[in-house]
Amino acid sequence: MEINNSSSSSEGIEEMEEMEMEIEVLPSMWPEDIDSEKPYNVERPAGDGEQDMLEEVTIRAAASAVDFHHLKALTSYTDRGSHQMSHLMRHWEHQQANAVRLLREELDILSRQREEVELKKLEILEHFQFEEDNCKRPISILDKHVELYGDGVPRKKFVDFVVRSDRRVELAAESDTVAYWKARAANLEKLLEASVHREQILVEKLEENMKELEGQGSPVEELSQILKRADNFLHFVLQNAPVVIGHQDKELKYRFIYNQYPSLNEQDILGKTDVEIFKGAGVRESQDFKKEVLEKGVPAKREIAFETELFGLKTFLIYVEPVFSKSGETIGVNYMGMDVTDQVRKREKMAKIREEIAVQKAKETELNKTIHITEETMRAKQMLATMSHEIRSPLSGVVSMAEILSNTNLDREQRNLLNVMISSGDLVLQLINDILDLSKVESGVMKLEATKFRPREVVKHVLQTAAASLQKVLTLEGRIADDVPIEVTGDVLRIRQILTNLISNAIKFTHDGKVGIDLYIVSDPGCGRAEENHKKLMLDQATANGRKEEQCTSTSQSCNGHQNGYHNDNKHVDGASHNHKLNDNKPRTPVKNENTRDRGGEEEEEDECHVQETTVWLRCDVYDTGIGIPENALPNLFKKYMQASTDHARKYGGTGLGLAICKQLVELMGGQLTVTSRVNHGSTFTFVLPYKVSPACDSSSDDQDELSDMTDHTNASVSDQDETAGFFQFQPRLLGSLFSSSNGPIRTPKLVPNSFGNTNSPPLNGFLEDGNSSFPSSGIGSKETTTSFEDAYSTVESIGTTSEPGTLFGSVSKECQNGELRSTESSRRTNSEESTSGSQGSCLSTENPDRSSQQCSSSGNNTSHAEADKVKPMPRILLVEDNKINVMVTQSMMKQLGHSIEVVNNGIEAVKAIQRHYYDLVLMDVHMPVMDGLQATRIIRSFEDSGSWDEAAKAGIELPAASSEPSTNGHNSHPNSRDRIPIIAMTANALSESAEECYANGMDSFVSKPVTFQKLKACMDEYLP
Amino acid sequence: MDVLSQLRHQLADYTNSLHRDGFLDDQFSQLQQLQDESSPDFAMEVVSLFFEDCQKLVTNMARALELQAVDFKQVDSSVHQLKGSSSSVGAARIKNLCVAFKTCCDSQNRDGCMRCLQEVNRECVLLKNKLQTLFRLEQQIISAGGSIPM
Repeated sequence: MEINNSSSSSEGIEEMEEMEMEIEVLPSMWPEDIDSEKPYNVERPAGDGEQDMLEEVTIRAAASAVDFHHLKALTSYTDRGSHQMSHLMRHWEHQQANAVRLLREELDILSRQREEVELKKLEILEHFQFEEDNCKRPISILDKHVELYGDGVPRKKFVDFVVRSDRRVELAAESDTVAYWKARAANLEKLLEASVHREQILVEKLEENMKELEGQGSPVEELSQILKRADNFLHFVLQNAPVVIGHQDKELKYRFIYNQYPSLNEQDILGKTDVEIFKGAGVRESQDFKKEVLEKGVPAKREIAFETELFGLKTFLIYVEPVFSKSGETIGVNYMGMDVTDQVRKREKMAKIREEIAVQKAKETELNKTIHITEETMRAKQMLATMSHEIRSPLSGVVSMAEILSNTNLDREQRNLLNVMISSGDLVLQLINDILDLSKVESGVMKLEATKFRPREVVKHVLQTAAASLQKVLTLEGRIADDVPIEVTGDVLRIRQILTNLISNAIKFTHDGKVGIDLYIVSDPGCGRAEENHKKLMLDQATANGRKEEQCTSTSQSCNGHQNGYHNDNKHVDGASHNHKLNDNKPRTPVKNENTRDRGGEEEEEDECHVQETTVWLRCDVYDTGIGIPENALPNLFKKYMQASTDHARKYGGTGLGLAICKQLVELMGGQLTVTSRVNHGSTFTFVLPYKVSPACDSSSDDQDELSDMTDHTNASVSDQDETAGFFQFQPRLLGSLFSSSNGPIRTPKLVPNSFGNTNSPPLNGFLEDGNSSFPSSGIGSKETTTSFEDAYSTVESIGTTSEPGTLFGSVSKECQNGELRSTESSRRTNSEESTSGSQGSCLSTENPDRSSQQCSSSGNNTSHAEADKVKPMPRILLVEDNKINVMVTQSMMKQLGHSIEVVNNGIEAVKAIQRHYYDLVLMDVHMPVMDGLQATRIIRSFEDSGSWDEAAKAGIELPAASSEPSTNGHNSHPNSRDRIPIIAMTANALSESAEECYANGMDSFVSKPVTFQKLKACMDEYLP
Repeated sequence: MDVLSQLRHQLADYTNSLHRDGFLDDQFSQLQQLQDESSPDFAMEVVSLFFEDCQKLVTNMARALELQAVDFKQVDSSVHQLKGSSSSVGAARIKNLCVAFKTCCDSQNRDGCMRCLQEVNRECVLLKNKLQTLFRLEQQIISAGGSIPM
C-alpha cells in the first residue's frame, strides 16, 4: 500500500509539474503572435497604409503642416482611407479572438486539473472506507466502482484494478496491526492537505490570469502603440532625407506638406497652388505635370529643373500619384519630390566627359589612319625604289643580250624586231631610272657630290653621245664662252644627266635644223630669273668679290657678243693646229700651240684667279629649232608624267618624267630651270647653276696636266686641246656612216690581233683614226674634216707608223670606252649587206653610255681573248670585300665556277694589289671601312687614264718600290697593264649605293647583294669570256 | 632505309618551314648548293662563322649604345656588316631587322636602336637553334648512310 501511495502521489506531482510547464509555455506564445504581425506593421507605411501612416505622422511632426478637416474627410471618403480603417479593425479583432482562444484553453486545462484532484480525493476516501469495514463484500467496492464508472472517467477502472490487486497482497501481509493503520491514516491526511493547498494555488492563478486578461482590454491603446512605432520609424528614416512630401487636392491646392527644411510657413503653402507659391522656371511645368497625372489617373515620375528665387537652381525628381475617392473619382494627388541636383550635375558632367572621350577617340583613330597612310606612302616609295633597282638589273641584262644579239648575222626582219626590242627595253630602263631618281629626290636621299670637272668636256661629251645615237639629220653644236673656267666644282653626274635629258628632249622634238648648248657665265642671277637663288649666293660671296666679278663678267658678256666671230677664227686655227699636230709626230709642237693659244683664254681667267674660292653662276641654254611648246602647255611642263599634250605623248612617246627630274635636280643644286618657246620655231631650256671655282688649284693642275700630257701620249694632247675649245659641232650623221662604211670592209675581225701590234697597214689605222680623232675632228671645224676625208686618213697613217703598239692599243680601247663603237660594230657586219646601206640605223642604236661602255669592254675583251689564245693564263680575279662571310660565300661560288680569286679587305688594299699585279676582273664592294669601293675605283681609273698613281699618293697609298718598275715598264711588256680593268661593284642597297654612282666612279657594272650563283656566272660570262 | 627516308622527309619539312616562316631565304639554298665532296660542311662553317660574327657585332653594338654619347656611325657600320653577312647566309629576318635598325641609326634614335638590337639578338638566338636542329638532322641522315644534298 505504501508503495502504491507514494507512487500515486508522485504521479500527481508530476502531473502538476506538467501543467505548470504548459502554463509557462503559454505566455511565450503570446508575444510570438504579436511578433508575427510585426513585418506587417513595417510594411504598412510602404504599402496600402502609406497614406494613413503619413497622415498620422504629420499630425505629430512639427515640420509638417496639415489640414485636419480635409484629412478626416480623406480617410472617410477615399477608398484607401476606409480600407486602411477596416484593416486596422480586422487586425484588432484578430488579436482579440486569439486572446479568447488562449483563455479558453487555459480554462480547459484548469478544469481538467480539478477533475483529477477530485478523483484523487475519492480514491483516498475509498481507501479509508476499506480500512474501516474490513471484511465487507467486494460487491460494495464494485458498486462504487460502477458509480464512478458512470461518472465517465475511463482511467478509474484501471486504477481501481491496480489498487485491488495491491490490497490483497497487503491484506495478506499486515492487516492486523492497528498502529500501522493509524500511521497510514495520518499519512493520507497529510497528502490530502497538500492536495487542497495545490488546488487553492491553482484557483489563485486562474483568477490572476482572468484579471490580466481583463487588464489587456482596449484596442485603441494597442493600435496607437503600433502607430507610434511606425511614426518613430518614419521619422528616423525621413529625418535627413532631402524629400518633400505633399498632398494636393483637385485644384492642386496644397492640403498637406512635409518638408524637412522648410523655407516657407505652412500658412503660406496650404490652400495654394504651386504657381501661387513659386515663380520661375520649372514651376509651371510641375503644375502641368501634376494636372496631367490628375487627368490621366496614372502615377508618373518626372525630372524637373527649377530655377526660383526661393531656392535657386535645383533639379527635383517628382513622383505624382493620383488619389481616388470611393466612387473612383480623382480627388487629388500625392506628391513626392527629391532633390537630385547633384546627381544631375554629375550625370551631365559624365555625359560631357563621355562625349569628349568619344571625340578624342575619333580624333585618335583619324590620326592613326593618317599615320598609317603616311607610313604606307613612305613604304610604297621605298618599295618603288627597291623594286626599280631590282627590275633594272635583270632588264639591263636583257637589253645588253639583245644588243649582243644585234651584232650577229640577222636578216632584215629579225633586225627590225630586235631594234624594237632594244628600244623598248631602253625606254623601260629609262623609265625605271627616272622613277628611281624622282623617288630619291623626293625622299631626300639624293646626295650631291662636289667633284671637279671640266664643263667643256661635259658639254662635248653630252653632244657626242647624242650625236652617236642621232637618227635624224640634225646639227648638234655646243658653244662655251671663253671665260667659263676650265675646271669647276659641282655634281658633274647630275649636271650631265640634266644636259643629256634636255638634249635628248630637244632632239626628240626637232625634225630639222639644229640643237645646241650655250654655256656662259652670268654675273647676277638676281637680274635674271633666279632671284631667290641669287640671294643665297650673295650671302656666300664677299661683297668686294661680288663687285669684282660683276665687272669681270660684264667683259665676258661682251666677249659673248662677238663670240661667233671669235670662234670662227678659232676654228681655222684649231683645224690647222689639229692637223698640224696630227701630222707631226713630235708631241711638243702641238703643246706649244696649245700654250700660246691658251694664253689668250687664260688671261681672262687670270682675273678671277685673284679670288681664292669663288662661286660662279653658269647659265646653260639648250636650244632647238623644233616644234616648240604652246603657251598653255608651259605650266604643266615640269610636272610629273605630263607632256605638252596627249597628242605629243602618242607621237613622241616618253615617260614625261624627264623634265620633272631635271627641274628637281636643278633646284636641288640651288639653281633654276626655265623655258622659253615659240611654236614651230623652237624652245630654249635654260638653267642657271652656281659652281665653286678655286682658281689657284686650277691653273696649277692645268700645268700639271700639260706636263703629264707632254710626257704622255698623243691622245692626251687631244684632251688638252679640249680644255679650252669653245665650240663643237656635230654634223648630220652622213659623215659617220661614210667613215664606218669605208672602214668596214677593210678591217675584218681576224685581222685584229695581228694588225694591232705590228702592221701599220692603212686599214687598221683607219679604224684607229675613227676612234681616235672623232672628237677633235668633229669638234673642231668638222666641215673641213668632212671635205678632207683623205686628210684625216693620212694623218692617222702617220700616227700609226710612229706610235708604239702598246700605246695604240691603249688609246683604241680608251676611245672605245668613251662610247665610240661604230667601227667595231661595223667591222662585225662587214659581210652583211646592210652594213653599207642600212648601217646607219643599227649603228645609231647606242643611246645609253652605260651600255656602250659595256659593249666597249666586251669588244676590248675580245681582243684580249684573242691574245689569250696564245698564252692561256687563268684569269686573275680580285675580290675586294670586308665582310668575312661574304668573302667566304663569294669564294666558294667562284670556286664552283672554276675560278680562284684573291681577296683583299678594303679599297687601299685593292689599290695596292692592283699596283702589284694585273687583274682581269675586280669585284668591288662599295661600302667598306678605311677606303670604300668608289674611291678605290676612282684611283684605279685615274691611273689607267694618266698612268700615274698620283691620286693614290694623294689618298695616302704609297707605291710599292719593288713593283713600281714593272708598272711603268708594263706599258711595253704587258700591253694590258693600261687597259681598263673591268671593275664590278657589289652593292647592297638601291638607294645609298646607287648604280649611277658606281658608273660615275668608273665602275663597269654592278652585282646586287647578296651575290648568287647566277649573278656571278652572268658576270663572269660577260667579262671573262 | 626506312629510317633514312623518314629523316629526309623530316629534313625537307623542317627546311620548308624555315623558309615559310621567313627565317631563311633562297640565299641559304645557294649556300647549301655550294656544298660538295671537297667541302661537305660548307654551309655549317659559314653559318657558325656568321653566328660568331653576330655575337661579336651584337656585343659591340650593345657596348656602343650603352655609352653616354652614342657613336651612331660605329653602330651603323656594325649594322651594315651584320646586314651584309645576314643577307649572304640568307638569314632573311635578321636582314630585314637590319634595315629597320639602319633607319634608327640614321635618325639617331637610341631607344629604337636598343629595341632593334634586342630583336636582332633574339632572332640570332632563335635562328641559331633552328639551324642547329637543321644541321643535326642532316648529320643524322649522313650517319644513317644518306647523303646531303639529297
